[in-house]
Amino acid sequence: MERIIFYILALTMIVFAMAAVRSRKMLRSVIFLLFVLAGIAGIFFLIDYNFLAAVQLTVYAGGIIVLIIFSVLLVHHIELELEVAKPLKQVITGIACLLGIGVVLNTIYTHDFKVVENDLTTSTADIGSKLLSVEAGGFILPFEVISVVLLAAMIGAIIIAKGKKLEKGSSETEDRSQINTGSNEI
Amino acid sequence: MRIALNITENIQEWLLGMMSETAANYMAMVIVALIYLGIFSVAGLFLVLIERRVAAWFQLRIGPNRVGFQGLLQTMADALKLVSKELTGTDRADKFLYNLAPYFVIISSLMALGVLPFTKEFQAFDINIGVFFLIAISSIGVIGILLGGWASNNKFALIGAMRSGVQTISYELSVGLSLLTMILLTGSLQLSEIVEVQKSGWLIVQGHIPAIIAFMIFMIAGTAETNRAPFDMVEAESELGAGFHTEYSGMKFAYFFLAEFINMFLIAAIGTTVFFGAWLSPFGITESVPWLGAFWFLAKTLILVFLMMWFRWTFPRLRVDQLLTLEWKYLLPINLVNIVIMAFIVWQNLIIQI
Repeated sequence: MERIIFYILALTMIVFAMAAVRSRKMLRSVIFLLFVLAGIAGIFFLIDYNFLAAVQLTVYAGGIIVLIIFSVLLVHHIELELEVAKPLKQVITGIACLLGIGVVLNTIYTHDFKVVENDLTTSTADIGSKLLSVEAGGFILPFEVISVVLLAAMIGAIIIAKGKKLEKGSSETEDRSQINTGSNEI
Repeated sequence: MRIALNITENIQEWLLGMMSETAANYMAMVIVALIYLGIFSVAGLFLVLIERRVAAWFQLRIGPNRVGFQGLLQTMADALKLVSKELTGTDRADKFLYNLAPYFVIISSLMALGVLPFTKEFQAFDINIGVFFLIAISSIGVIGILLGGWASNNKFALIGAMRSGVQTISYELSVGLSLLTMILLTGSLQLSEIVEVQKSGWLIVQGHIPAIIAFMIFMIAGTAETNRAPFDMVEAESELGAGFHTEYSGMKFAYFFLAEFINMFLIAAIGTTVFFGAWLSPFGITESVPWLGAFWFLAKTLILVFLMMWFRWTFPRLRVDQLLTLEWKYLLPINLVNIVIMAFIVWQNLIIQI
C-alpha cells in the first residue's frame, strides 16, 4: 500500500516537474511547481513527518507560490508566451541535466544507507524543545540567527516600501493619502 | 504511514465480517470518503438555505418557503438548475487553469472537513498537528481564487482575485495567532486532545479575558478570510460585477459558491472546537449518551454560523485600505500582546477550572 502511494507520488512529481520546465505559459509553470511541492508534502506525510509536511504546505504551497502568482499576475499578460530557447542551448541543457541525473543516481546506488526502524511520530513538543535547547544537539543558534535574518529582511522591506517618503520626511497626512491611493490600486 | 482513522476502524470491523482484510481496508476508505462528500454537499446546500432565511428574517421578509416544507428543497432545486446550465467561458482565456481553479477551492475545504471532531468516534483524520494542518490547508484555497481571477481574462475578475489574495494573506496571520493563543492553554495541537482538555471547562471559560479577546479576533479574521461581508471586497457587486467568479457559470460557479459556505462552516467549527469544547455537552449533562455529541457540535457550530450571518446583514462593507489598516494596525498588535498575557496567565496558573 505504502509502496503504491510512494510510486504514485514520485511519478506525479517527476511528470509535473518536467511540465513546469517545459510549459510556455508562466502561470501554468507555477501551478505545476505547486503540484511538485504538494507531492513533497505528501512524501513527508507518508514517512510520518506530519509537522514538516504541514510546514511544507504553509510555507511553500501557501506562501511562496502565492507570492510567485502575485508577481506573475502583476507583470504577465494572459496572451504572452515564453520564447523557445535556441536548439544549441536546448542540447547543452539536456546534456547538463543528464550529467546531473547520472551523478545523483550514482551517489544513491553506491551509498550505504542505514535503515532505521522508527515507529515514533515526532510531536511538536519535541520539535519545540529541540529548537530552544542550549545543550548539545539543540538548535538555539540557527534559530536565533534565522530570526535576526528575518528581522533584517522585514526592516529592509519596510525601508524599500517607504522609499522616497523617508528622504522627504513628509508629514503624516501626506503619508496617509499615499497609502490610500496605493491600496486602491490593488 | 499510520493514520488514526477513528470512524474507519469502526467501519472496518463491521466490513471484516463480510470480506477479506485488504478488501475491507479499501472499502472502508471509499465509504469514509463518500460519507464526507455527503456531509460536504448537504451542509453546503442547507447553509445556503439558512443564509437566505436568516437574511430574509433580518430584512423583515419571508424568504424561500414554497419548495418543500418551509422551502427545505429550494436549494436542491437551485443545485439541479445549476447542474443543467450551460458552461460558458471567455474567449482567449487560459482554459486549463480556468477549469482547474474551482477544484483548488473545493478540495482544500473538503480536506479541512476531515479533521473536525464531530463526536469522539466520528473524526476521520486525528493528526497530531490538527490545528496547524487546518491553517496549512486553508492557505491553499486562495490559490484557486487567484487562478480563477487571472485565467478568466477579465479585468474585474483579476482585480477581485488580487483583492482576495491581499485579504486572505493578511487575515491568515490573525487566525493563526488567535488559535496559537489557545494552544498555550491546551499544550497540544491535536484536536482530540484539545477537546480532552476542555472536559474541565471550555477553553473560553478557562482562559477568561485573553480567551475572549482571542475569540473576537478569531471571528473577525475568520469572517474576513472567508471573504464574507463586511469584508467582501472580493466580490463587491457595486464595483466589480461578481469579482473573481464573474466569468464562471453553471456547476463551476456552484463549486465556488459551495466552497464559500463550507469555509464559513469550517471557521465556525474550528471556533467551536477550540473555544467551546467541540462535542462536549454544557456541564456534561448528556455525557452518558455519546452520539449526542454530534448534536452539540452542530448546535454550537450553527450558533457561530448565525453570528457570521448576523455580521453580514448588520455591518456595511469596508474599503480596501480600511480593511488592511484593521488587520495590520489593530488586530495584529492586539493579538501579539494577547499571546503574552495568555502566557503570563498560564505561567501563574490563573486558569479558571470547573
